[in-house]
Amino acid sequence: MGKVLENEAFGLAAKDNSGVLSPFRFSRRETGEKDVRFKVLFCGICHSDLHMVKNEWGVTTYPLVPGHEIVGVVTEVGTKVTKFKAGDKVGVGCLVGSCGSCDSCTEGLENYCPKSIQTYGFKYYDDTITYGGYSDHMVCDEGFIIRIPDNLPLDAAAPLLCAGITVYSPLKYHGLDKPGMHIGVVGLGGLGHVGVKFAKAMGTKVTVISTSESKRDEAINRLGADAFLVSRDPKQIKDAMGTMDGIIDTVSATHSLLPLLGLLKHKGKLVMVGAPEKPLELPVMPLIVERKMVMGSMIGGIKETQEMMDMAGKQNITADIELISADYVNTAMERLQKADVRYRFVIDVANTLKPNPNL
Amino acid sequence: MSDRNKAFGWAANENSGVLSPFHFSRRENGENDVTVKILFCGVCHSDLHTIKNHWGISRYPIVPGHEIVGIATKVGKNVTKFKEGDRVGVGVIIDSCQSCESCNQDLENYCPKLVFTYNSRSSDGTRNQGGYSDVIVVDHRFVLSFPDGLPSDAGAPLLCAGITVYSPMKYYGMTEESGKHLGVSGLGGLGHIAVKIGKAFGLRVTVISRSSEKEKEAIDRLGADSFLVTTDSQKMKDATGTMDFVIDTVSAQHSLLPLFSLLKVNGKLVTLGLPEKPLELPIFPLILGRKMVGGSQIGGMKETQEMLDFCAKHNIVADIELIKMSDINSAMDRLAKSDVRYRFVIDVANSLSPG
Repeated sequence: MGKVLENEAFGLAAKDNSGVLSPFRFSRRETGEKDVRFKVLFCGICHSDLHMVKNEWGVTTYPLVPGHEIVGVVTEVGTKVTKFKAGDKVGVGCLVGSCGSCDSCTEGLENYCPKSIQTYGFKYYDDTITYGGYSDHMVCDEGFIIRIPDNLPLDAAAPLLCAGITVYSPLKYHGLDKPGMHIGVVGLGGLGHVGVKFAKAMGTKVTVISTSESKRDEAINRLGADAFLVSRDPKQIKDAMGTMDGIIDTVSATHSLLPLLGLLKHKGKLVMVGAPEKPLELPVMPLIVERKMVMGSMIGGIKETQEMMDMAGKQNITADIELISADYVNTAMERLQKADVRYRFVIDVANTLKPNPNL
Repeated sequence: MSDRNKAFGWAANENSGVLSPFHFSRRENGENDVTVKILFCGVCHSDLHTIKNHWGISRYPIVPGHEIVGIATKVGKNVTKFKEGDRVGVGVIIDSCQSCESCNQDLENYCPKLVFTYNSRSSDGTRNQGGYSDVIVVDHRFVLSFPDGLPSDAGAPLLCAGITVYSPMKYYGMTEESGKHLGVSGLGGLGHIAVKIGKAFGLRVTVISRSSEKEKEAIDRLGADSFLVTTDSQKMKDATGTMDFVIDTVSAQHSLLPLFSLLKVNGKLVTLGLPEKPLELPIFPLILGRKMVGGSQIGGMKETQEMLDFCAKHNIVADIELIKMSDINSAMDRLAKSDVRYRFVIDVANSLSPG
């Protein structure tokens, strides 16, 4: 690995589990022979960032510079880089490294590599800690860089790097991408709203399943969902029983799986992408008597992420975002905690993240 | 209402589950029917759950039994596949709607109108009684041909236990490549047959059990490649992420977390046991390893026949303890404590006599 350029990077870091972010100077490595260096233009705020700044999963080391929905413009490439050049519009998602040799890596599933390195808060090959995209620039191995299609607005494309791939991957892997299939999307937040867009783009019929009426109009008129059902209304659930080929469940709060299993057709698949901390109750009868399945999925491999981004380019799929300045980030985190965002905050890094002159 | 013929068996009359002699009747053999003189009937754990009304759906009196082997004594005029004297089997289902999507795909076991062999009602209003009895009359489409070379007594449990493990092995892709690693959790009626069928498909099989009591048997007699005791935390740790599939046959309440940890990335857990309450499902392991949990219920008629033929070819039978009808209540007590290697089978023809 190349040498470190001392304190030439700046960003926003959480320093303790209050999760409050403040200006932070740090160091990134020199551009290595396989590295791509890029100026960060925008970075999406993922709910995982919130969990991590507050150390809710118990794995955080401080100071933590979050951000794994990062887009920008290449400024420099290493001598062995072939796929990118200065001026290219690129992005980085949740991963910046993996072992490259295990079964998962050889199948293009770096996301399931036991030695995968996350974009922030993880130890890199050179023993440094990775810093994420709430910062002015990134250095990343070519193998983990995603090209952003020219026609996509960069700010609204940023959330696809995590939210987009998280819903795209299971729709493809579990065969829920066939035109005419009926897909349910549970929860209409960052993941859910992008789930609706991708599922519709794949030609499926989409029903949004939500705990309250309030998002019905948006779901149908703006996001293009075909139907909307309130999970707390037993009649709406009953009328839709046995109608769905698959359900993407984006909800991370504890909730009941029984009505969701009931909505599936025989052999239907319930895919969990939201991650409740505590175990949920699994009613076994629907699995046995109707051969239904519950499965999980986590982001996607790099090849697949590029495939997802290319599809987004062709079909003009982007996230619905609220663009914010860097100094709004703590307020944004508080609003995110209350799910008060339609549907992803994106930090306008290049225009609003300034180095703190006192540091 | 069709004419009825006398039949005799043992039934439970209430939820103590105690079985006693019971006279009842079977329908006259219709043009689509096969009348079967019952030779043997396996004792399935579902029989125990049903006679004690563990699932809350029992309607007494109940003559249980859905692992039935016997001889055809009469066949209706539309029946071409069987003739008098043939050795036949009857399993868990005796009718379905024959017109839904599931039935049209030979998946009668997933038909919403499927009729179970006992504790069910047929379209003519009769309550159906099972194989702890001297005779049964079944529509020919739900009668199986019992292959030569498959003994009637040790082959009987295949009609439920056998198909219950065979079907998900095929459906969940366990048989597509040999050399994959299958964990079998629970070594009872279902589990021991899963080991045998898994080995016959070329899988590497590890038995997963709460105690080491059955280790020698599992390896020396059943042919398992290895044995893992769930309370041995070091061995469980060493086995983390080593299995492509796990078949969970345990119906008692238990945690799924250790079973998920044994699976590789993309691993599949198939749950077959029928616990009374929901199980706990930890979500993180599913997400972090793209793992899944699915279920399965017996199999369709075509697949059940395929399974019997497969078992005959590979000499797979159940390990049984043959009992007399009069011993059934003590057998049920022992079954409740899993004290059987590994299936009781009632020697109906030789021990069932009207009182």
